[in-house]
Formats: sequence, structure tokens, C-alpha cells
Amino acid sequence: MVIRVESAPFDFTTEAGAFGAGRHDIGAIVTFCGIVRDLTGDLQAMQIEHYPGMTERALMKIEAEATARWQLADSLIIHRFGLMRPGETIMMVATAAAHRADAFAAAEFLMDYLKSRAPFWKKEQSRGGETWVAAKAEDEAALTRW
Amino acid sequence: MINVLYFAWLRERIGVASEQVETQAKTVADLVAELCARDERYAVAFEDLGALRVALDQDLAEFDAPLAGVREVAFFPPMTGG
Repeated sequence: MVIRVESAPFDFTTEAGAFGAGRHDIGAIVTFCGIVRDLTGDLQAMQIEHYPGMTERALMKIEAEATARWQLADSLIIHRFGLMRPGETIMMVATAAAHRADAFAAAEFLMDYLKSRAPFWKKEQSRGGETWVAAKAEDEAALTRW
Repeated sequence: MINVLYFAWLRERIGVASEQVETQAKTVADLVAELCARDERYAVAFEDLGALRVALDQDLAEFDAPLAGVREVAFFPPMTGG
């Protein structure tokens, strides 16, 4: 179980390749990678602010909850903060289990909670200026399914 | 003395990231009322508490939560991780 909150870019494929490597009790690995998207062509950068200390604490709680609910062999959460350009990796989640159902469910759970319960805030910088990204009602509603 | 932190647009509106506050406030809501009475910037920033979240000693809490024993209070908008 690893949590990393850092500003430096990371390579998703390297992290995904190392995750669970060498273990024989894992039958399924699910990975998710979040990327800075620019659907309109206007986005210059994304600035992510966080609450040092509480961020790690919140992620540890979420990961512990996932471990209590599903049979996980391992899990990994990496989340960046600071300035990122379109196309750059923001964060990733990986879960490993003996069976795929646990790995899929735990990965979705981690993502749902991480979006609304981990203290990160996104600000978009475009030619028109800077805008804080508003939380979506559907992200909050997604928590009720767990 | 309580350490008070602000994040995201709340930090920008209030103009500081953190400050030490001398307070006798019993709850988070009392502390917000004290801050709002202090300066217009706070009153504007805290206008809609429904649009804000609070954490006490780095755990999410409610605005009616007691402040007894709390060392750090953080105010921020709903989180947008992932």
C-alpha cells in the first residue's frame, strides 16, 4: 500500500509495470491514470493546490477503507500537485488482487472518494484567464453507491 | 490560539493562506462569525457556507462542530481531486 503526493512528473507505464511485479499471489491488476485534458484548445495549464498533511491523511483513510472492503494484495495512489500542461499525467491509482472483481471495485472506489474527499483543488489557466474548477454534483452523488 | 488555513478561491478572496487567530469561539460557526465581523473580506468569502467545507486538525467536520482542543482549522471549497 503506497501513497505518493508529489509535484514532479511521473511515468505511468513505469509505475504500472513495477506495481505488483514479482508476486505470484496476484491474479488481477487494475490501473487508472488521470490526464490533463483540453477539449477546447484554450487550456494552457492546470494548477493543482493541496493541503499538505491532510492530503496524505485523507488518502491513507480512503486506501484503508478500500483494503477493509475488498481482498487487495496491494494498492498504489500517486497524485501530483503544482503546474501541469495538457497531456501530462495528474495522478494514478492501481489495485492488485487475486481476482478481478476486487481489483475493479476497489479502483473505482478509490477514484470516487479521491475526487471528493482528498483536499486537492484544480485551477485552469487559459488565454481568457484563470478559473477554479467547480466540484460536480455527480462526483458527490457517486459516493452514495458505496 | 488556533491556526486557521484557507485554500483555493477562499485563500485568494481572504488574501492570506494561514493566520493565527485568538478566539473564544465554541464552534466552527462561531469562529466564522468572529472572522466575518472582523473584516469585509471574510464576510464576502464566507457568504455561502453551503459552498464551503471545513476540516478540524486535518479531518473533515461540520460547521456546528465544537472547537475545544482543536489546533488547526482549515476552510476550503469542495475538493476537486483526481
